[in-house]
Amino acid sequence: MAKFSRKGKGGLPAISTASLPDIVFMILMFFMVSTSMRQTDRMVKVTLPQASEIIKLERKDLASYIYVGTPLNQYQGKYGTDSRIQLNDSFRTIDEIRDFIAAERENLSESDRPFMTVSIKADEDTRMGIITDIKQELRRCSALKIMYGAR
Amino acid sequence: MASKKTPEINGSSMADISFMVLIFFLMVTTMDQEKGLSRRLPPMPAEDQKVEDQKVNRRNIIIVRINMNDRIFAGNEAIDISQLKDKIVEFLTNPTDDPNLPEKEVKDIEGFGQYPVSKGVISLQNDRGTTYSKYIEVQNELVRAVNEIRDDFAMQNFGKKYVKLSEEQQQICRECIPQNISEAEPKDVTKK
Repeated sequence: MAKFSRKGKGGLPAISTASLPDIVFMILMFFMVSTSMRQTDRMVKVTLPQASEIIKLERKDLASYIYVGTPLNQYQGKYGTDSRIQLNDSFRTIDEIRDFIAAERENLSESDRPFMTVSIKADEDTRMGIITDIKQELRRCSALKIMYGAR
Repeated sequence: MASKKTPEINGSSMADISFMVLIFFLMVTTMDQEKGLSRRLPPMPAEDQKVEDQKVNRRNIIIVRINMNDRIFAGNEAIDISQLKDKIVEFLTNPTDDPNLPEKEVKDIEGFGQYPVSKGVISLQNDRGTTYSKYIEVQNELVRAVNEIRDDFAMQNFGKKYVKLSEEQQQICRECIPQNISEAEPKDVTKK
């Protein structure tokens, strides 16, 4: 009996936390590998429309993004509430898409240029007029591979 | 003294530091995958090129129109979005060889043999006032119709769904059932 009672004394030994940093580092590594850096700050409100037949974009690095939507609250004083186009970090007009596409194309290597995809991320409440203008402009700069962002 | 060992560094704060780095990464990165509907725009016709009247046979084209009030017209009749897919499937497959539906052209598909490929083209027109969500919804329905036919075709010939086929088999499917969606030149459809 004494044998048993001795075992019960002492309480629980403290769990070693020595491996905690390793575990956290492992989670960290997972996140670093599976995510990508956020490239631009959104200045427009974009709720992507829903679709069921969506496909994944294979090469994220070949994509350039055009955001379309109403400016966020803090920009509304300056830019109004009408749908605007955002390229990189600023509001732009339709005519500036040409330069944007040219610059994006310049950034890619020669062999990747034909595969450049333009991802149009437009808010679901946007009117098609502005999208049509963008499409026409893209056709003019022969950036023909496009993707309508959806979720 | 020289013989004294350096004291061991306390490693217990390592966890805190790595947590901080972890939280930093959680905040600055995005996990969302790029998803969407992929399309290829037609090239812009050169300016000196004459606008040739493409004599696409009347029966080979279906015009899907979305007006400014987000109402959908397929052919010339108003249609609900729920019926659009079936209409497109019927249009593209033309099971009864109806003379009003698209004709088929027997083509030699590499690695498969001869198959009557439908010449049907879906022409999608929209108004400047159409909302983007409706446009995508209709685009989605059109893709769904094509995917359904491809699935049927794959099931009949390979006994598997389209997505489970090998690369070559998918290629055959794509050639037998082309996805001809033309996004028409913008025009004002409100006037009609």
